[in-house]
Amino acid sequence: MKIDERRSRVRNFSIIAHIDHGKSTLADRMIEKTGLLTQREMQEQILDNMDLERERGITIKLQTTRLIYKAKDNNEYIFNLIDTPGHVDFNYEVSRSLAACEGALLIVDAAQGIEAQTLANVYLALDQDLEIVPVINKIDLPSARPEEVKKEIEDVIGLDCEDIPMISAKDGTNIEDVLESIANKIPAPEGTNNDPLKALVFDSYYDTYKGVIADIRVMEGSIKPGMEIKMMNTGKKFEVTEVGIFAPKQVPIDQLNAGDVGYVSASIKNVSDARVGDTITDAENPTKKALPGYKKVTPMVYCGIYPAEGEDFNNVRDALEKLQVNDAALVFEPESSAALGFGFRCGFLGLLHLEIMQERLEREFDLNIVTTAPSVIYKVKKTDGEDIVIQNPTNLPDTQEIEYMEEPIVEASIMSPTDYVGPIMELCESRRATFKNMEYLEETRVVLYYDIPLNEVIYDFFDTLKSRTRGYASLDYELKGYRQSDLVKLDILINKEVVDAFSIIVHREKAYERGRLIAEKLKDVIPRQMFAIPIQASLEKKIIARETIRALRKDVLSKCYGGDISRKKKLLAKQKEGKKRMRQVGNVEVPQDAFLAVLKFDEDK
Amino acid sequence: MKELGLYIHIPFCESKCYYCDFISYPNKRNFIEIYVNYLIKEIKMQSEKLKNYKLKTVFIGGGTPSSIDAKYIYKILEEVYKEFNTTFLEEITIEANPNTIDENKLKLYKKSNINRISLGLQSSDNNILKRIGRTHTKEVFLKNYKLISKYGFSNINIDIMFNLPKQTLYEVEKTINFVTKLDVKHISFYSLKLEEGTPFFDKYKDDKSSLPSEDLEREMYHKGIELLKNKNFHQYEISNFHKKNYKCKHNLLYWKVKPYLGVGIGAHSNLFNERWGNEINFTNYFKALDNNRLPIFQSERIDKNMEMSEYVILGLRLNEGIDKRVFYKRFNVNIEKIYKSQIKKFEREGLLNNFNNRIKLTERGRDISNRVFMELLT
Repeated sequence: MKIDERRSRVRNFSIIAHIDHGKSTLADRMIEKTGLLTQREMQEQILDNMDLERERGITIKLQTTRLIYKAKDNNEYIFNLIDTPGHVDFNYEVSRSLAACEGALLIVDAAQGIEAQTLANVYLALDQDLEIVPVINKIDLPSARPEEVKKEIEDVIGLDCEDIPMISAKDGTNIEDVLESIANKIPAPEGTNNDPLKALVFDSYYDTYKGVIADIRVMEGSIKPGMEIKMMNTGKKFEVTEVGIFAPKQVPIDQLNAGDVGYVSASIKNVSDARVGDTITDAENPTKKALPGYKKVTPMVYCGIYPAEGEDFNNVRDALEKLQVNDAALVFEPESSAALGFGFRCGFLGLLHLEIMQERLEREFDLNIVTTAPSVIYKVKKTDGEDIVIQNPTNLPDTQEIEYMEEPIVEASIMSPTDYVGPIMELCESRRATFKNMEYLEETRVVLYYDIPLNEVIYDFFDTLKSRTRGYASLDYELKGYRQSDLVKLDILINKEVVDAFSIIVHREKAYERGRLIAEKLKDVIPRQMFAIPIQASLEKKIIARETIRALRKDVLSKCYGGDISRKKKLLAKQKEGKKRMRQVGNVEVPQDAFLAVLKFDEDK
Repeated sequence: MKELGLYIHIPFCESKCYYCDFISYPNKRNFIEIYVNYLIKEIKMQSEKLKNYKLKTVFIGGGTPSSIDAKYIYKILEEVYKEFNTTFLEEITIEANPNTIDENKLKLYKKSNINRISLGLQSSDNNILKRIGRTHTKEVFLKNYKLISKYGFSNINIDIMFNLPKQTLYEVEKTINFVTKLDVKHISFYSLKLEEGTPFFDKYKDDKSSLPSEDLEREMYHKGIELLKNKNFHQYEISNFHKKNYKCKHNLLYWKVKPYLGVGIGAHSNLFNERWGNEINFTNYFKALDNNRLPIFQSERIDKNMEMSEYVILGLRLNEGIDKRVFYKRFNVNIEKIYKSQIKKFEREGLLNNFNNRIKLTERGRDISNRVFMELLT
């Protein structure tokens, strides 16, 4: 087959879907249907390959796979599916994968309809001129209302839904329709092999055997082993050692052509030399202009990450560096804490991003870390006229030195069935939000627009929203700007000593309530110890809340005979391990998750 | 000749109590006869290697050993006496459920030379008994206790439990007062622990509201100790109390880390610097013995460090604690050299006493002994 004819059969696409709308299941069915793997070889949800992703049922990292589909027109099509994450924190990754595609499947749950996050991703895709192919999933659910959802897609997004596939990825109904739609509706890639190489790096990672691997989309030209390539951003040059495709494991091939999606390895030692978003070109015959980079992202939430064992400081830094390479949203710099020693102040896109990174550090790098209370970036005007920014509450100057403070405000859109408008409004009001507007999508669904201080959003807003709307509401937000606000630093004292890692900046009106809740929460999460421990919250050196953790009274195995010894020793070893994972703060042992747990509470409880 | 304790496991019972995680099968009663035959084969095989040991104690536990026909108990013990040196055999205990005792069984136990009976009463409150899955009542217990005395068994242990669902301090006192009025020589006083895989674990793991609080649990424990002390029951281990001269010799072997052999499914042994556990299901147990193999499921080599650590952890369960000279004699090293920092720390924290050549837990140390033990693990 001629290269141009072959390219006319290539379809590069992503899947856009809200969490739980069945993206991974559909991807699995498509892999199964196209015969890439036999059913026996299928591991459920092939594309979510981090343990963490499986457990949480969400996709965090991009995954790519190639499918061969013989369509009803008797032609064989090459589908390159580039999976996308589905959470508000990962917009950045979504825009990365969309840049490598000509189209996107939009999956909408037949029972739940469109969600705020889906909409945000659809707009991202429309911005990049992608062809959007809507699909209604989960028609097998008793609560499915496919006709209504179809109308919703037509009305809200304005997509033509005349022959929209109505499927159940779970039981395999009408998967064929999806595959046909991809072949018929998504355009083939443009660009030719005759032009100089121009390829977009949309992901990169380190492989122990091959060195750095870059996942690329070839826009123009071709790439094959032996060729010398140049990274247009860094100007560094490398010789290609291997190119290949994802099936879904890496399979080497001779050459990647214009329009193809695949990977390249070129004895690149540092992942920083194959930065995500960079353009690869032919060193001898370079293209004139690099591809546009991605939509820039800036971290919105900061927290301290500390090694549980001081000697792990360098390992934590190495791990953060590795994570940062293909996650440009992650930033970090060294800092120190009286309670926790030496660590890093890290910036994230949101709380979920923070939690995911925390878990990846622990699981993928086997590190034991402590995370401090997250904070947003505050702007402080000092009385001496100096402007400073504060990411770490500990660094906040004394009240007397502060002229005024400003905090970040986000524009939030909350999409929900009309039944929950009351609870949502109540929640927003309790979080200092300003109501902007309410739009009816249809009779039973609305979007509420609010301006909310970001520091209220990072305190458990999303979880509370979910629990008050039985999971039906969805949230999307973006930074609007800064606003002057009466903010104060709330300190927490454990055993009469201020623990800097617990300090947070809150609105003055919220300080008492927050102090009381944190003290209560800490009383629950810090286990009883050898002696009684006072927990206090203080505001401007005044104690505003107090709880006491009573001394431990019992820790004993009442039975231990011949058959019990091995088992009881294991229990003791496990308990000892748990104790080791606690953080010594003064002479109090604090569980590591306490530092984050203090911010998770639903005020209803 | 070295002393040896023998544990014989009878994995049968009438019905499983809701807190029980011992290996016992209420529904496999048709296996009893065949199991006993295999048990005898295992005893034969093991005894071959133990000709230079003298048997000091035998403990028949379960399950509920009294739930099976007493002729099997007789048959098993007959085999034990035939294969082992019994010249120095001092204590032969059988565990019994108050429900499953009758005259015929007691006659055969006597004939089998059993001289100690351990009765699981748990509580004298019939409502509590029902709530925890016991099949007997206080009345049945009393009737059969009298029968046991009538047949001349004077060395009797009673198991009592506290920290039970909806149990009050008053109820614990009542049970202790009830039991100490009888002429029993030994009392085991256990705090309920939720063990994984038991009905209680599933029922209470997420909602402990009907279980006593940590504070009440300790109150029950300390009250129990006080009442028992007043009735001349001396505490000698975290959960065990004896009248003068009536400590359980068999269990002391465990706490002093002396050699013991366990036979039957799931039984554990500690011999020849090795600890092993037997197969835990019938099929594998039978299969191994059919092939003339010992039915060992897993075993673990015990090196000197591990032995020292276990010696200290188990020894500290005893109120008398550890005799430093005995430790030195056994391990040829000073205990204070090995565990210097730990001993210092726990003394300072008021958990350990260290004087008169002995190291022992304080009362507070006994309440939170895991804190001590976990630092002594190797």
